[in-house]
Amino acid sequence: MKTDLLMNFSVDKENKRVNVKREFNAPLSNVWSAWTEAAILDLWWAPAPLKSETKSMEFKEGGRRLYAMIGPEGAQGWSTFDYTSISPKTNFKYTSTFCDAEGNPNSAFGSSFWDVSFTEQGDSTIVDIVITRDSFEELEKIIEMGFKQGFTSAMEGLDKILVEK
Amino acid sequence: MKRDIFQAVADPTRRAILVLISSSALTPNAIAEQFQTTRQAVSKHIKILNECDLLEEKKLGREIYYQLKIDKMKEIDQWLEQFKKIWEQRFSQLDQVLLNLKSKENEN
Repeated sequence: MKTDLLMNFSVDKENKRVNVKREFNAPLSNVWSAWTEAAILDLWWAPAPLKSETKSMEFKEGGRRLYAMIGPEGAQGWSTFDYTSISPKTNFKYTSTFCDAEGNPNSAFGSSFWDVSFTEQGDSTIVDIVITRDSFEELEKIIEMGFKQGFTSAMEGLDKILVEK
Repeated sequence: MKRDIFQAVADPTRRAILVLISSSALTPNAIAEQFQTTRQAVSKHIKILNECDLLEEKKLGREIYYQLKIDKMKEIDQWLEQFKKIWEQRFSQLDQVLLNLKSKENEN
């Protein structure tokens, strides 16, 4: 199995754009499912120990996903994805917005605009993500909302496992 | 007023000012001389950079000198590093999910 999977991460501050490109050692149809089916998306979208819970999802143009990131202490951060364009197994675009549990947008933060492309390359699949936003504040907010904490405690958990072994 | 640090780097003139004052302390006049815009415009940029807490102020006689707080700029990099790590973690979780999907397919 290939272990040196490609990962590119670049930030264009001037254009408020983030580009993330990653290779996955799996066929295109599986990678597409993992990004577009709620049950699978919830398995990986939230970095542990956070959990992703989709309340509703309609993957179609004009459809919406409403989901929460749930912290280990039960704190909830809600967001919506509004799907604006879908080309099956090739590309989809959506607008991501912070909101409340009912999907009412939090007007304090702008939306981010996601453009996700899929390409098959031999036995693997390349996913190319471009995120554009009105401001970087939203990204800062994500960190503040506990990702940082979540990530640190995940690392501590790993350390513990390594020590026990 | 507390400003988003990214506002500081969002403007080309402010980025140029940050570069100028990263190597030496300069007075507002000396900074303004480097640009073709008005002094008022440059003063406004300096004010914003100050509100982002990126400037170190030194008084020498009657002149104020500005220098870049290097540590503050590093904060941006550290923060981006955190963001990158989130993606790495997310993707390694996705690798595992895809692996499970594959083995499920093989069972069927």
